[in-house]
Order: sequence, then C-alpha cells, then structure tokens
Amino acid sequence: MTLKAISGLGKNQRIAFLAALASLAMLALGFAAVPLYRMFCQVTGFAGTTQRATSADADLAARMAESAGAGTMSIRFDASKDRGMPWTFKPLQSTQTVAIGERSMAFFTARNDSDKPVTGRATYNVEPDQAGAYFNKIQCFCFTEQTLQPHQEVRMPVLYYVDPKALKDPDMKGVQQITLSYTFHVAKNGAE
Amino acid sequence: MATTADHFQAHDAAGADHGHEHDADHKPGFFARWFMSTNHKDIGTLYLIFAICAGLIGGGISGIMRMELMHPGIQYLGFWVNLMGGEANFVTNMHMWNVLITAHGMIMVFFLVMPAMIGGFGNWFVPIMIGAPDMAFPRMNNVSFWLTVAGFCSLMASMFFPGGTGDGAGTGWTVYAPLSTSGSPGPAVDFAIFSLHLAGAASILGAINFITTIFNMRAPGMTLHKMPLFVWSILVTAFLLLLALPVLAAAITMLITDRNFGTTFFEAAGGGDPVLYQHLFWFFGHPEVYIMILPGFGMISQIVATFSKKPVFGYLGMAYAMVAIGVVGFIVWAHHMYTTGLSVDVKMYFTAATMVIAVPTGVKIFSWIATMWGGSIEFKSPMVWAIGMIFLFTVGGVTGVYLANGGLDDYMQDTYFVVAHFHYVLSMGAVFSLFAGFYYWFPKMSGKMHSEFLAHAHFWVFFVGVNMIFFPMHFLGMDGMPRRIPDYTPAFEYWNHFASIGYMVMASSMGIWVVNMIYAFTAGKKAPANPWGPGATTLEWTLSSPPPYHQFETLPVIDEDQDYHDHRPAADRAATA
Repeated sequence: MTLKAISGLGKNQRIAFLAALASLAMLALGFAAVPLYRMFCQVTGFAGTTQRATSADADLAARMAESAGAGTMSIRFDASKDRGMPWTFKPLQSTQTVAIGERSMAFFTARNDSDKPVTGRATYNVEPDQAGAYFNKIQCFCFTEQTLQPHQEVRMPVLYYVDPKALKDPDMKGVQQITLSYTFHVAKNGAE
Repeated sequence: MATTADHFQAHDAAGADHGHEHDADHKPGFFARWFMSTNHKDIGTLYLIFAICAGLIGGGISGIMRMELMHPGIQYLGFWVNLMGGEANFVTNMHMWNVLITAHGMIMVFFLVMPAMIGGFGNWFVPIMIGAPDMAFPRMNNVSFWLTVAGFCSLMASMFFPGGTGDGAGTGWTVYAPLSTSGSPGPAVDFAIFSLHLAGAASILGAINFITTIFNMRAPGMTLHKMPLFVWSILVTAFLLLLALPVLAAAITMLITDRNFGTTFFEAAGGGDPVLYQHLFWFFGHPEVYIMILPGFGMISQIVATFSKKPVFGYLGMAYAMVAIGVVGFIVWAHHMYTTGLSVDVKMYFTAATMVIAVPTGVKIFSWIATMWGGSIEFKSPMVWAIGMIFLFTVGGVTGVYLANGGLDDYMQDTYFVVAHFHYVLSMGAVFSLFAGFYYWFPKMSGKMHSEFLAHAHFWVFFVGVNMIFFPMHFLGMDGMPRRIPDYTPAFEYWNHFASIGYMVMASSMGIWVVNMIYAFTAGKKAPANPWGPGATTLEWTLSSPPPYHQFETLPVIDEDQDYHDHRPAADRAATA
C-alpha cells in the first residue's frame, strides 16, 4: 500500500494500519534473526564459533607469526555424540602443542557400530569462547555431512591454525589451552 | 455527587422520551450482549471474569505444587497422574511436575495477569478516562477476547494429549528447544504453542486497538500530557505488546515447524542453534515482564493520588519513566541467559543495562512516596493494597538488582532465589496492583459497595500468606535449592514446609475475597458516582456507578486551565475548591 492509499484511510484505520505494519516488521525481524544470528556468530566468533580459512590465509598467518615471534598453544580435543548416534567417535590424540600461526593437523576416528549406513553431522565450538575468533579451520570433516557404511571405520582430519592476532587481544591473555569440541548428530535434512 | 453523574449521562429523564433505541442505557439481549459484545465495559467485564477463572485454576495448580513440596520425596504426583488417566511411575510423575509448572506459568502470565490488567481494567477505564464513548475498533475488541478464550482452551486441551514422557506439555512456560522440539514428541506441546499463538494474536489486536483509541479518541482538551497515568501505562504497554509479541510468534512458529515439518531452526543435528531460541524468546520475554507490571504502575499512581488527595508527584517524570522502562526493557534480554556461555564483555553490558532500569523504576517508587508525603491519606482498601504493592515490589526490585549481576547469577541461576524474585514482582507486584485496582474500581463497575472490613481482612491475610510462601524461597535459593524439581534434600524441608503453610494462609484470603464479592452483590450498598471523595478526580468518577451503557454522548471538555490531575467539570471543581 502506498502512502497515498494510507492517507485515503480513515484516521483510525491509518493508525491501526501503521501499528499492524510495525508488528509485521517485528515478525519479519523474528524470522530474519535466524540468518542474522548465524552471520553474527561467524563474523565475531561469538560463543566459541570457529572461523573458516583458506590456505592463503594460513600462509599469511604463518608469516605474521614468524615476524611476531609467537609462542605455542596447547590444543585439547574433545569428541562426543548426540543421544541415538550409533557411532564410536574419538580423537586420536588428546592434546597437541602447536606453534601459534602454524598449520597443524589432528585426527579423529569414527566407526559406525550399526548395521545400516548412517549419515552424521558434527557440531563444533571451542572453549574458551573468546578463542573462537582466532581458531581457524582450513579443512574439517565438520564442513560436510559424513556417511559411514555399516561397521566402516574412518580417520577424519582437521587442518587448523591459531591466528597470531590472538596475541594482541587482551581477552586472550593467559589462555594457554584451547579445547576443540565436536559432537556428532544423526544428520537431519533441513535448513542449512 | 449526583449532579456530577447526571452531567455526563447522555440521556436521563429526557432520553426516555425519545424512545427505546436512543436510550444510553439500552442493553441488547443476553446472548447478543455477552457473546457478540462490542461494548468496552462488557468486554472488560468478560475479561475480568475470564481472568479470575483462569487465575483460580492457575492458583489451584500452585496449590498442588506446594502440597507436593511440603515434604521431601514424591508424595502426590502419582495421584495426579492416575487422576488424569495415566499410569504412575517415576517418569510420568516427573513429567506431571513439568506439566504443572508449565501450566501454572502460562496461565498466570497469559491468562490471568495480561487479560485482567490490559483486557479487563484497560478496556473498562481507558476509554472512560480519556473521555471516549468506546474503543476505536469495538468489534476487533470482541475478537481479541474470544481469541484469548480459545487460547486458554487450547492450553487446557494440551493436558489431555501425550507430551513425550507423559500426558501434557512439560516444557516450562519458556518452551526452550530442544526440550520443546525433539524432547517432547506428541501433540500436547503443539497445543500449548498454539495457545500462545492465539493469546499473542489477541494481545496484538488489543494493542492496536488501544494505541488507536488513545491517539485518536481523547476528549477535546485531553492532551497526551493531561492523560491519567493509567492511560499512559496502557499506551506504553500496548507498544511493548506490538513490538515484542511478534518476535515470540516468529520463535514459536519455528518451534512448530521444527516439530512437525522437518525444519532445523533450533536443531543442532541440522545446523540450527537452540540458544537462538532463547535469544528470541527473551527478546519477547523481558518486555513481557514489563507488560505485566506497567498497567499495575498506572493503577497504583491513580490510587495513591486519590487517597492522598493530591496530584501525583512528578507527573511527567512518572509518564516518561514508564516510557524509559519500556525502551530499556528491549535491550536487556540476555540477563535471562547468563549461563548460556556469554563472554565477560557481553555479561558486563547486560549487567549494566539491566541495572539502569532501576533508575526509572526508582523514579516511580519515590514519586509515589512523594505523592503520599504531606497528603491527607485515607487508608481505604485500594490504598492499603497499593502501599502493599509499593513495598513488596521494591523487595522484588532489590533482589532483581542482585540477579542482574552476571557473576552472581552464575550461582543464583535456576535456584529458588529466582523464583522468590519474580514472584515478589509478579504475584505480589502485579497481583497486589490487580487487587488494588479491583477494590478501587469495583464500586464503579458493579454499582455496589464491597465491605471495607472484608477487603482489609483480605489484604492482611493475603499479605501474610504470600510473604510466608515466597520470603523463605530466598533462603532456599541461596542455599542452592534448584527450581523445577519436585524433590529436595531434607535439609530444605523446614522452609518448604513453612511456605506450604503460607500457601494455605494465602488461599484462605481468597475465601475472604469471594465472601466479600457475594456480600457486595447481595447486600452491598448502592455505590455513589464517586465513593472515594475529593481525591477521585478522573473522568470515571463523573459517571454514575455503574456507568451508563453508552457514556459521553456529549463529550467532556478539558479546559485550558485544567491539569493532568483534575478532569472534573467546572461545577464540581468549584464545589470542592
């Protein structure tokens, strides 16, 4: 409805129309919150949301770290499963000590213990929360869904690095270990 | 005062001559009057009756809960499971508890406090106080009421359908995912969510109606800055409803599709985030708590001014304090979510923003005290309820400042301390103002005088009862007793037992109230137009009690020299000057 049409309405109808419009806008905003929230988390690393990086980003970070003379960080790996997930899922190493800015690889193993093929989806985050913005994954099994045939066992790699910018963040001061955590769910097809 | 009453009654003796259909007090037949009602006073009455019925059910449910909590262990839940046709065992007993807390919360929030404050008193007195003949959209008003009733029926129906581990919706009033999605299969939760949709739609329509009425239908001379504070409170509340409820509607619609149509908005297994639901819920939920208390603030302002026989202190400050509470109420939601993994900075912001609300709230509390200061105070029943509200709401406000602290809340989260806090502000703040408003306007609405003695007795017994119930919950919470669990270690028995006795005291005060109503309708004196004396100066007291079916066929006029306080016609002002 154009402004002209609104002004054609009665005095009461006009206010009611504007009020209804405001409420519809809030309804739309409620739904828009879903993509906005995801974008917000991805951009800010809010609540331990890890970052995705390309190899080029990683090279840049490595050079930055070299010039900054960065130290090391201990990474702890945690693997768990949702209720009803018929897999065995474990990290191959419990911790790794890595140079900040340097690319490292960690492995997890997953075995489908059921007699049917099962597609799983891993959710992830890191602790402490503020490390999310600096934890970059170049490759990860969590980027896509994983399908395992009955009793199939696979090794799943994560290629990652810790961004040397973390050294400049006062909130990261004193953080000596970052826990990378995964939870496998039976994949549900739905809105990505 | 009889002259006052005649002044605004459109047709009295003369009206009768014009014939039946022109009579201002002509009422339609029973069915048309009560089921197809478009009269704001009748709809207000319907809302009040509905809220009282719903409140008795919701209050009765809390009785079942206090009975169970009187001793450690599980005593009675199995009985209720069997009564509802289920098979009592540990799992269904626990589910029954969840159903009880869910029903209690939803009923009290959506079907007692909101319908009574906004639908009941708002409908009755907003048009009269601004000098309007009715609401802007009378038929939409009717739709709002019946949607609320339908919502209540949907919630009641949910108790008879499977909800996962037993019958009924056991999700809590917050309906958090994933408990409300993958955690609760069965139609019960769908019915409960649908009930919120209906109640929400009703409230949005009501809000549009109030905003239009208040903006467009004020009597000549009744500027926004001369409106009674109760009207201001309803205006701010209507804006909160308009902006907050659609967000709830969006969130619970996504719950419905997650539950039934395979979407994964809040389902981690499909890439969703359950914490997002909490953000959306509390973006609605925090304004919602102001929706429940602001109309109460408005009523308290009217009552304190009336019985202190003084204009309310700091009128503009009072009005804009409510606006400020409403605005800031939208940016503090995550203080309900301190333990969801917020960073220190985010917690700092939400702690500071939450505490800021104490400033406009303090403006209100101190202005009420300043209104009473030096006033010629009469302790009539509405006034004692109002003073009780001011005192107890302040207690709840102080514990609110405790809980606003992100650090302290890590410890207090989900304990009985939180239960004590929000019952002090709601079942004391909101309910005391409801009773204050009820006794204040009962003679006006019914045309009968209630017994002041019984009203005072009701107040004292209720006051003692609710404090016995909720004050010990502070101790229990500080000692670490978690909410939402029907069993506890015997160490907590003393104060739980005490609180359950308090419930019985409180319940008996409801008996006094019912007796008072029966007395008023059977033996009560006829109420004059203004039973409260020279302090009652807003427009409703210029009408007869009860007001004519259609009031203000000749609109009242507020003169240039009249302020926000005294809206009586010139003759009456001169008489009491």
